Amino acid sequence: MPDRNTLVHIYTTMVRIRTFEEKVEELFLAGKIPGFVHLYIGEEAVASGVCASLEHSDYIVSTHRGHGHCIAKGASPRRMMAEILGKSSGYCKGKGGSMHIADFSVGMLGANGVVGGGFNIAVGAALSAKMRRSGQVAVCFFGDGASNRGTFHEALNMASVFDLPCVFVCEHNQYASTTPATYSVSVRDVADRAVGYGIPGVTVDGNDVLAVYEAAREAIDRARRGGGPTLLEAKTYRIKGHFVGDPEKYRDRSEVERWKAKCPILRFEERLLAEGVLADAEMEAIKAAARREILEAVSFAEESPYPDPDDAFSDLYVSDAQGEGCGR
Amino acid sequence: MREITFSQATLEAMAEEMRRDPTVFVLGEDIARQGGIFGQFKGLPDEFGYERVLDTPISETAIVGAAVGAALTGMRPVADMHFADFVTCAMDEIANQAAKIQYMFGGQARLPLVVRAPDGVIKSAAAQHSQSLEAWFVHVPGLKIVIPSTPYDAKGLLKAAIRDDNPVLYFEHKALFAMKGPVPEEEYLVPIGKADVKRPGRDVTCVTYSIMVHRALEAAEDLARDGIEVEVVDLRTLVPMDIDTVLQSVRKTKKVVVAHEACRRGGAGAEIAATIAEEAFDYLDAPVVRVGTLDVPIPFSPPLEARVVPRKKEIVEAVRKIV
Repeated sequence: MPDRNTLVHIYTTMVRIRTFEEKVEELFLAGKIPGFVHLYIGEEAVASGVCASLEHSDYIVSTHRGHGHCIAKGASPRRMMAEILGKSSGYCKGKGGSMHIADFSVGMLGANGVVGGGFNIAVGAALSAKMRRSGQVAVCFFGDGASNRGTFHEALNMASVFDLPCVFVCEHNQYASTTPATYSVSVRDVADRAVGYGIPGVTVDGNDVLAVYEAAREAIDRARRGGGPTLLEAKTYRIKGHFVGDPEKYRDRSEVERWKAKCPILRFEERLLAEGVLADAEMEAIKAAARREILEAVSFAEESPYPDPDDAFSDLYVSDAQGEGCGR
Repeated sequence: MREITFSQATLEAMAEEMRRDPTVFVLGEDIARQGGIFGQFKGLPDEFGYERVLDTPISETAIVGAAVGAALTGMRPVADMHFADFVTCAMDEIANQAAKIQYMFGGQARLPLVVRAPDGVIKSAAAQHSQSLEAWFVHVPGLKIVIPSTPYDAKGLLKAAIRDDNPVLYFEHKALFAMKGPVPEEEYLVPIGKADVKRPGRDVTCVTYSIMVHRALEAAEDLARDGIEVEVVDLRTLVPMDIDTVLQSVRKTKKVVVAHEACRRGGAGAEIAATIAEEAFDYLDAPVVRVGTLDVPIPFSPPLEARVVPRKKEIVEAVRKIV
């Protein structure tokens, strides 16, 4: 068991993610969010359990379902919410939206609208860390669907060949958009694919946050010590649709209800109570604080102005290039 | 001034920039132990070691993807594509990731990345090793496109590309690697976004770049014997494009041939011709004529290849059409 501070931190992170996502769903259904959003509800244990062992300076690479990763790595819900609402105070000044949130100041190298688009960016961050002898680790979050991309193969092979400090975290949430993993993934456990790259592959119950935490800590420590990459698979479930508004014709409600009963937050609460780490009232206080934080984030976002239309032309190129002769 | 090859010029650029900045490194297939399949990296690991001159698996996706990740985290990678044709294996990394990251993250990130892509027709390399694909990338906002024609420009532009904080695609024609030209011993840069008038002339403007610059110069030599003076404008970079230099020349000559080795249809020449029509229509005395490879894959057999790839003759004919 990790120490009490760590346990409380992990629990608080899970609650903050859930609260954030429930609010995003509400705002989307109220027509306040342009585009579309992919919610992380049900998968909170993965981001929270993994990021608890990362240093501030470590890197993560995220997915289209990335809000949880952002919060777990330390991004600000205010600026996330503002970005999701398309406001100028958002992380990307309204140019990215839900699928492209990044916070380079906390090592969050970006969500990615391309499934499997992040693998090799994580490999590059790990290569850079190794070349700079910085001791940093790069974590790549991805889904069972992304594990079928060719990018997965090239990234894991290269990370293994160069012994890079990279941890590949598969959030196996059972569905690639509408396609079940039982139909589209050649193996039951994605972690089995690690054998093909000569690296450790570990499968854990992704709704048991302490199991995720322990496995991630071992993988991250190994990477930091120069022991190379790990493929860590967390078996979990996407409680909500692929996107808000998904008619979800590809799955039975009974299946969703079965997984709801395995809610990672409820399970962790039972454990925390049983171990005497937190009392009911303390957990309620954490939830109330999360609600306040997220409401404040919504106010900040709603009160923030939209970008000036001509801001569409800024940030395409970096203009303060180094040295002479650089393009403008 | 001393003369060195295009290949040596790029090698000097690499070495100078790697010496100047410890974050510059190069990764790609067969570059360190082999020295590059065109010898363009020969000797580089002797000075910089096998980490900064990094041989990779055959994984173009991972080469460019890792270069993106390294660029985002404090390095200045140069990724070699072996053949420009293989950028197709890294299209997501170039078009969806590298080109977008600075913009869609609202300017938080900088992406000092160079992708080197040896392109063009050489020695019956056939359909999958002969293409010139620059137009695809001109169409994706967020990239810079550099495409030099001489050893001098190759060196100065490669150094500028490495120092640029934006993702740069650097297309180098395979048939130019062995070409010699004057390159000063002392350090210099060639700015990205400046065209160069390689030969002045009053009668016709030939807007061109890469290997076609040399074919245009040969054509201009021939035509001069008949009293037709062709001004050869070497764009050197397609994004940003120095359209001012082009328009200045067009206003003088009033006639334009646009020439590139890439396929004619949808080529960069179409963009150049359209821009001239928009900006200088009143100056034109004749329609803009485009010269490019005919719209088939590059065939293998020498007579087939010669039939579809434009050389001096096609430029001469294009000029004669409008004078």
